[in-house]
Amino acid sequence: MNSFEIFLAAQTSGAAGWIAERASLSGVDGAGAAALYLALKIVFGVAAIGVVMCFAALSVVVERKVAGFIQGRFGPNSTYIPYLMLVPVVGKTLRRLGLMQLVADGLKFLFKEEPLPGHVNKFWYTLAPIISLSPVLICACVVPFGVFEHGGKATALAAANFDLSLLFITVLGSLGVYGAVLAGWSSNSKFSYLGGIRAGAQMISYELVMALSLAPVLMWIAPRVSSPFNLFEIGMSQSGMWNIFAQPLSALLFLLALFAETNRQPFDMAESETDLVSGFHTEYGSFKFGLFFVGEYGHMVVGSSVFICVFLGAWSPLPGLSWPLEWGAWCGVLSFLTFILKILAMIFFFVWVRWTLPRFRYDHVMNLSWGKLLPLALANFAAYMVLACFIK
Amino acid sequence: MAIVVVERKKLSFWERTYLPQIAGGLWITLKNLFRKKVTLEYPEQRPALPARYRGAPTLVKDPDGREKCVSCQLCEFVCPPKAIRVSPGAIAEGSPYSHIEKAPAKFEINMARCIFCGLCQEACPESAIVLQKEFSVNGFDRKSFIRGKADLYEKGGVLPDNVMKWRKASLNAEKSKGGR
Repeated sequence: MNSFEIFLAAQTSGAAGWIAERASLSGVDGAGAAALYLALKIVFGVAAIGVVMCFAALSVVVERKVAGFIQGRFGPNSTYIPYLMLVPVVGKTLRRLGLMQLVADGLKFLFKEEPLPGHVNKFWYTLAPIISLSPVLICACVVPFGVFEHGGKATALAAANFDLSLLFITVLGSLGVYGAVLAGWSSNSKFSYLGGIRAGAQMISYELVMALSLAPVLMWIAPRVSSPFNLFEIGMSQSGMWNIFAQPLSALLFLLALFAETNRQPFDMAESETDLVSGFHTEYGSFKFGLFFVGEYGHMVVGSSVFICVFLGAWSPLPGLSWPLEWGAWCGVLSFLTFILKILAMIFFFVWVRWTLPRFRYDHVMNLSWGKLLPLALANFAAYMVLACFIK
Repeated sequence: MAIVVVERKKLSFWERTYLPQIAGGLWITLKNLFRKKVTLEYPEQRPALPARYRGAPTLVKDPDGREKCVSCQLCEFVCPPKAIRVSPGAIAEGSPYSHIEKAPAKFEINMARCIFCGLCQEACPESAIVLQKEFSVNGFDRKSFIRGKADLYEKGGVLPDNVMKWRKASLNAEKSKGGR
């Protein structure tokens, strides 16, 4: 048994494990299967990142479209690719949906001149957008996008599925704020600086609320699952009832914290354009701004998928229903589609709220967190601790 | 005047949570989502212009096909951005309207300067210059914005008024015999 085989024996899990196992069953030797397994892991990681990036891009379109619709406009509906317009219905539909606008915007960011202002700290200024985006992409690999049957066991359709994945995703997700803080500081501009400070302060305040709102859920499901910190297990535990019904207050607190963490209106203190021009990315342009932009939407997608996994029943289409595992690959496809649909619904909700609520004042945001939400989250936590004693 | 202390309405618990208000706001925006769109998709859809819309100025002819402009240059004089340039010229001897004495030899409106104010139309004693409905004037260089006489008459067309004040009695008789 070489080291690859030991590795294989210890680590095979998920879809990559499934395929590698099939390969070794059909005559591929251990080392080959292990190599295949590793390669597939990378492919799946890239695929997960691809899904999140696609949704980040799509949410930009959704944002612009929904914004238009709510304001009685059409939103982007004129951009088109000439040759694509020759396809009868498809071209026109894509044009009306504004999907080609997405391509145009992306190319614009890519091909614009890359300005580097003279007054910035060049190293950190360049690094900040990368720091802002990369945690989101790493988080994407942990999100279980679906469930399928493997060896008689439910298996996560995730690039990486491990215990503590919930902890991993919350910790890494909040690292993204370093991007905002560094951008604010390195830009050497008052507006950016204030934006960075606000981003940091807000993140610290709402991170507490977020963690405290997750704790009761973990206690709630702990008796039923083997590892309550695993996103996949949390998702699986909700085949009977979604956590949002069992723990509405936790869900509300988590959602509020999520809005604050993703810097979405009404909590977008860090870039409130009324008082800070554009906040922490005031000095950014072209592709570097594009990275911030995508990072923000990617954060939204990952945050939504955590909310879906923890509260909205993950892959179950309706409360109390779940796709039967016996359907094999179909179960995987259907659960994936359900999850995707839920992410879309969440994105719509984010956008819907943005065009409904006005931005809070900064001190209101801080007051809401420390004065209202944190005590509420603590009380909720304590209440479920007491309740958990009785339930057991 | 006595100071009236207004009693603040005591907010209920739910009002203080702000949540019902958020739900109400979301309901309103959701209704707006399905409302009829107010956007006019311009190049494909054209706006309905009112009857007396002031678009680009044009020169018009009367129903006899006579150019109404008598080259008095009042429009040139009144034009605030100095967009109009009229060069008076004589009317040919043989013309039945030779008694009018002048007609524009050249009549140029620089549409890059024109501000669509309509003072030329107001000043014109002959109703020869009329602002019509063209509102989108485009060109690739400055020269293309200068509209000459032929262009202006082509865009103007015929003004259907029957005040034939320059028509001579003899011509009138001839015309009325012809069934007008």
